[in-house]
Amino acid sequence: MNPAFSVILLTTLTGTSQGLFLAMFGAHLMHALNMPSIDPGSDFYIAGTVVSLLLAGGGLVASFFHLGRPERAWRTATMWRTSWLSREVIVLPAFMGSVALYGLGHLLDWAPQAVLAIGAAGAFFAVALFICTGMIYACLKFLQEWATPLTVVNYLVLGCASGVTLASASAAFSAASLTPAFTLAAVALTLLGLATRSASLIRNSRIRHRSTLQSAIGIHHPRIVQKSQGLMGGSFNTREFFHHRTLAFLRSVKWTFLLLAFILPLPLLAFGALNASAPLLCLAFVIQYIGLLAERWYFFAQANHPQNLYYQTIS
Amino acid sequence: MTQMALVIDLNVCVGCQACVTSCKSWNTSGTAGALADLRPYDEDPTGTFFNRVQTFEVGSYPNTETVHFPKSCLHCEEPPCVPVCPTGASYKREEDGIVLVDYDKCIGCKYCSWACPYGARELDMERKEMTKCTLCVDRIYNEDLPERDRKPACVLACPTSARLFGDVHDPESVVSTAIRERGGYQLMPEWATQPANHYLPRRKTEISIRPDQIMRTDNPRKVDGLQPKPDASSPALDDAASW
Ligand code: SF4
Ligand code: SF4
Repeated sequence: MNPAFSVILLTTLTGTSQGLFLAMFGAHLMHALNMPSIDPGSDFYIAGTVVSLLLAGGGLVASFFHLGRPERAWRTATMWRTSWLSREVIVLPAFMGSVALYGLGHLLDWAPQAVLAIGAAGAFFAVALFICTGMIYACLKFLQEWATPLTVVNYLVLGCASGVTLASASAAFSAASLTPAFTLAAVALTLLGLATRSASLIRNSRIRHRSTLQSAIGIHHPRIVQKSQGLMGGSFNTREFFHHRTLAFLRSVKWTFLLLAFILPLPLLAFGALNASAPLLCLAFVIQYIGLLAERWYFFAQANHPQNLYYQTIS
Repeated sequence: MTQMALVIDLNVCVGCQACVTSCKSWNTSGTAGALADLRPYDEDPTGTFFNRVQTFEVGSYPNTETVHFPKSCLHCEEPPCVPVCPTGASYKREEDGIVLVDYDKCIGCKYCSWACPYGARELDMERKEMTKCTLCVDRIYNEDLPERDRKPACVLACPTSARLFGDVHDPESVVSTAIRERGGYQLMPEWATQPANHYLPRRKTEISIRPDQIMRTDNPRKVDGLQPKPDASSPALDDAASW
């Protein structure tokens, strides 16, 4: 597929937003359940809410650039019975709404139980949103690189990893006592992300594509070459479904994202937590986020659409 | 239930692109709106087409065959492009099985084109809406057209009658008969989309000539034992007239 920057931004920004909210709510829940934890104070929650909303809002704005007719976007909420995209469109505002209420609850000192309940709803929507986003891709069974539960797992784990990294950076500013716990969780999630993303890379490198030129045109002869694709100047089919880059470029993007999203953030997180250094933790987040942009680009570029079988030779 | 469809005869398609141009001409002139044609006479022309004719070479020289392969929406019976649409713009009609896009509902998210394994949908660059073959719904039931013209534009344009049109659920229709008798097949059966459109395979072209068509039965030699005059290999008046 040809990666669209709008979708890359949408999925990475909202993923971080969801992860950040889950981290915040996790800390809140631990505190509420009287587990050994520290109350970070409402400033931390309010700041986190604002950042989480800004990220999700940014993703929402980016998503509109993907649409040809954004003025009709309200219609997308109608087919939730069959379409994961429609479900995502419903869950995203539900998530943002709960996050906003959650922040408002902290700001206005609502009853603790009520705020906790709103937070639980937000956490539910955050997880549901990860599932919807992942399923949009995983449900397309002939895009074999995507059609695996690992797709959903990666959206969940990578979103949480970047969100929790951001949470540890934001804790360094307003709730330093929480930084070690968040950093530990960020390191664990980053390592887990490295494992699950590598698993999908290994799986995808071994895929045997079920569609062939033979099944595409229904002629079963070992040697078929295309002589013309019926057009010479390009079409939607030649633009939308192929990245037009070399294999070497693809490979370099792969190593770049493995390095930036998983390897480099680890020492930065560790040193950042040991020295309680907010700049280092921020740097860890920025590097990981850039790595995830590359990861998402690669996720799209690597998917091999069977329609490309019909567009091998111009003429 | 009715399922309208095209059956395309790869044995006789000559790749003349008449169906492509007549499809474009009909569908860019309708009430649904024009189909884009950007830079048609410049270096990098591009545009929206519902139907494309591609060419493949099968085999190795000298035993090759050139196969011209028209490709448009196959109006799948289990269309994967329909359930993914978030707005309900893409739908399959109950009454005749035609898969359509309600252009006024489409937001141009392209998700349906990702979900079609055949690359049969094209987002129009100007309208920013998803477009695809409609099987000429605005022709086939159109009472303003004479009865014989109520067929898809591509079918009417084909000079070799490589395109048959009809109901594949009616076992007596010309399309069902052709599929049954000539080994009609579907594209990419591995995804269980059950395309309604079928393709008829190439056939071995054999000449069946009986000996008496080569050797004149009234060869004088048979009658009087003498050599025919002139001999059989040189041109005779009969050769000029035999065709
Ligand atoms: S050919 Fe593609 S666009 Fe047409 S019905 Fe089948 S899946 Fe949908
Ligand atoms: S591009 Fe239009 S028809 Fe296709 S899925 Fe999106 S809204 Fe539906």
